[in-house]
Amino acid sequence: MTPDGVRRALFGFYVALFFAYLFGPLAVMGVTAFNDSAYPQAIPFGHATLRWFGEIASDDELVQGFATSLRIGMLVVLVAVPVGLAGALVMQQIHARARALYYLIVVSPVLTPGVIIGISTVIFWRDLTGVTHTRFLYNGVTLTVLGQSSFISAYCMLIFLARLQRFDGSLAEAARDLGASRGQVFAHILLPFLRPAVLSAAVLAFLASFENYNTTTFSILADKTLTTVLAGRVRQGTTPALSALAVMIVALTVAGALAYEVLRRRADRRQREERRTAREAERRELQPALEAG
Amino acid sequence: MRSAVLHPWLPLLPLLVIAGFWLAARLDRRRGESFMRRNGLLIGTYLVVAVGVWMLVMIVVPQISMLELSFRPKLPPVAMGGPRDVYTLENYRYFLFGSTTDTSHWNVLHLRAFAITIVASILITLFDLALCYPLAFHMAQSARPARLRLLLLLLIAPYWVNEILRAFAWRIIFAASGLLNTALLALGLISQPIDFLGQDAALYTGLSYAYLLLMIFPLYNAIETLPHEQIEAARDLGAPWWRIHRDIVVPFAKPGIASGCTLVFMLCAGALATPQILGGPRSLWFTPIVYDRFYQAFNWPLGAAYAFILLLTCVAFVLAVLRLSRLSLGEITR
Amino acid sequence: MTEAVELDHVTVRFGDFTAVADLTLRIEPGEFFSFLGPSGCGKTTVLRTISGFVAPSAGSVRIGGRDMRGIGPNERPTALIFQSLALFPMMTVAENIGYGLRVRGVARRARCERVERLLALVALEGQGGKHVSELSGGQRQRVAIARALAVEPQVLLLDEPLSALDLKLRQHMRNELRAIQRRVGLTFIYITHDQGEALTMSDRIAVMRDGRVEQVGDARSIYEAPETAFVAGFVGESNALPGRVLRAAADEAVVDTPLGALRGRNPRCLAAGARAVLFVRPEVLRPDFAAENACEVEASDLTYEGSVTHVGFRAADGTRLLASLGAAMREAVPAPGVRLSLGFAARDAVVLPA
Repeated sequence: MTPDGVRRALFGFYVALFFAYLFGPLAVMGVTAFNDSAYPQAIPFGHATLRWFGEIASDDELVQGFATSLRIGMLVVLVAVPVGLAGALVMQQIHARARALYYLIVVSPVLTPGVIIGISTVIFWRDLTGVTHTRFLYNGVTLTVLGQSSFISAYCMLIFLARLQRFDGSLAEAARDLGASRGQVFAHILLPFLRPAVLSAAVLAFLASFENYNTTTFSILADKTLTTVLAGRVRQGTTPALSALAVMIVALTVAGALAYEVLRRRADRRQREERRTAREAERRELQPALEAG
Repeated sequence: MRSAVLHPWLPLLPLLVIAGFWLAARLDRRRGESFMRRNGLLIGTYLVVAVGVWMLVMIVVPQISMLELSFRPKLPPVAMGGPRDVYTLENYRYFLFGSTTDTSHWNVLHLRAFAITIVASILITLFDLALCYPLAFHMAQSARPARLRLLLLLLIAPYWVNEILRAFAWRIIFAASGLLNTALLALGLISQPIDFLGQDAALYTGLSYAYLLLMIFPLYNAIETLPHEQIEAARDLGAPWWRIHRDIVVPFAKPGIASGCTLVFMLCAGALATPQILGGPRSLWFTPIVYDRFYQAFNWPLGAAYAFILLLTCVAFVLAVLRLSRLSLGEITR
Repeated sequence: MTEAVELDHVTVRFGDFTAVADLTLRIEPGEFFSFLGPSGCGKTTVLRTISGFVAPSAGSVRIGGRDMRGIGPNERPTALIFQSLALFPMMTVAENIGYGLRVRGVARRARCERVERLLALVALEGQGGKHVSELSGGQRQRVAIARALAVEPQVLLLDEPLSALDLKLRQHMRNELRAIQRRVGLTFIYITHDQGEALTMSDRIAVMRDGRVEQVGDARSIYEAPETAFVAGFVGESNALPGRVLRAAADEAVVDTPLGALRGRNPRCLAAGARAVLFVRPEVLRPDFAAENACEVEASDLTYEGSVTHVGFRAADGTRLLASLGAAMREAVPAPGVRLSLGFAARDAVVLPA
């Protein structure tokens, strides 16, 4: 075999190993979801069964945790997206000399271990609510939303910054020239431009919040989210119901990815149509100009 | 010094600073148009309040609170704020010497756990780097668009599953009656099940696995912007493949490498779920020890001190990476 | 109702850099006024100062007699057409045109009617529902114009609007813009670096260099009676012959140039002994033409451009002269190497300070 062929074979082997490493555990877990053994195992495989899927729905703690995770996720979106947007807008306008320090502060939660964010949030709010006698604020959901938002807002800010860099400032000037106030420029011109970024930031914020464990496990206090319930179950020993849950998650995301691909294709097609119309118009326009000119 | 002197004012500090920002924004007269005029009063206020609350209430002041708590002794709630509540180094002394007063013996248990955590995290980071680099390079430079999209999808798919469930999956494989042991026994390679979990083999495998995505994406993004022609030019001039990587690709991809390594190290050192699930009864990982200070020993000041030590370590690591690679912070955070 | 625009000692400084220096000018109501000059001459800054995006460091801008100090761009009676057109990509053509009315709170029905009328004015009937990405370059131009006219400004400002168009289309749009201006009767303030545009479209032109106005006048005066060396050299082609004034009489001067003593008009009343440049355009130089001025030259190269042939000549001392001979003079085009005498009338040349 040629050296090139050897290299390609080696590379193929490497890729195969890599993805085996990546998917292996999940495949194994997937198998256990359908195995009727009470303890999750792939070998020996008894009878195929779907009962673990049913067990998920009837598991109160899991369902409760799921509901709490959903609530926290939505609240985090409501906090992190506007805060991230504000952060990006301020970043564009701040003094050049202050910019480095500002960036350091707002990006630091991304580089801080999640547990520290959870711990510091709990300590701070325990003190604050004590001193100001606002104990009703000191609960798992509020603290988790605040703790998670500190770094999720930074993710959102980075998304908005990337989108804002492509913003054509002359559009805002044109709107002003036509009589719009600052607020109208923001609402009519900037926000519609940012819509794709708002959507991706919201999705990212929700997912990042939903799957978070390190920060949540400290800040959630007496409540539980799906991840803390799962962690508890896994450590105590569990039925393959959890494997079934994993399989469901994968199925959902594959469906989501397919739906996204379909929408993307449709948007692409629409763009191509528009460009074709423009080219037609160009051609028609030059005709009389050529004849008259 | 009595902590009660400083303590009650700390939480109200952020509100004062935000009010200060707002005033500054109103009075700022740079380049002919103040901040408030440029954005309109409503939006200007929204910007100042949102960013001010974020920076202070959510980021800076909680860290200061935690730091402050780490310097206070463990006291029952009634004694807090009282005469015994003074600033002290006893928690840090405990980390080093195993006792708040006696400095004769080292706290071998915790210090060893700390050292193992750091060293193992560094090794795992390097392992992940070596593992992901070839694939990232291939995806960035050689793969065709259709195959690229497929690869991206395949890479992201496993990470949709929660890290806890993924650690659980490894547990299924590594358990005494799990897949690996069953297969090895069946093949006759071993006669007794190997205790992967207790020997930390499972833990290290799980940790290397957990953060592959966060290593490969910064690498891919960085290498992707390298113009392919540079590599072709080097090959045209006769450079062998290892020189191309060493002299051209790696220096160019430095920000991505630094970014990936920083993220993976931090997540490893700060990992909580994976060690709790995949670690054996005797395995030592620092972050679960921090967790236990709070929820097993119920010693919050001690836990705060340990958390701060972890934070310092991560900061030190980030600074070391920045210094070694001669990059700035903005360049590593994508 | 259109108004006059007055710039009174307007100076605009950005840090150490002076973009516009002490500009005083009055633009009459209903005029098509152009600022012409090379990149960086300050014409864009002037436009942005009039529209309110830049505040002058000194001096004042008055529109219709009203001082515009402190009045922002959204409150001035001006409308600006940007070089990139700045059409809103997320809105349809009709929404773009109606935007100014929308922010003024005009009711939907009234807005739609106005938009329809404007679409007809710019010959875009029925295209209201399209998005900007579906339009051709010329159509986008017209949407931009309609959008600006919708807010009924007293002054329309145009920032090199035709620079992105094809040559043929540009010529077509020049005529259209002029026609629209006449029809609507608004004051148009137009900036460009393209002399052809300025000369064909404008009532009056201001030639600018380095933040100052070199000359203001109609197309004829700018072209045929330049008042500074820069204007003579920048507008159209010119042969520039440096020398000293030998003698001056009435409105003419004789200059001692490398090609001998040549006579030209003396609008700046230069006296004998002054250093000067004699400018003569290529199209007035004719081979073997008996006139007050004659230069002995040898033909060196030809450039054939269809309707005109440019002939390069060299004098004994190496000075180059360019002559442009129209198609009617096809027979007179000399072959390279031929020696002849180029002649031109004194009134076709102008003597300006060096």
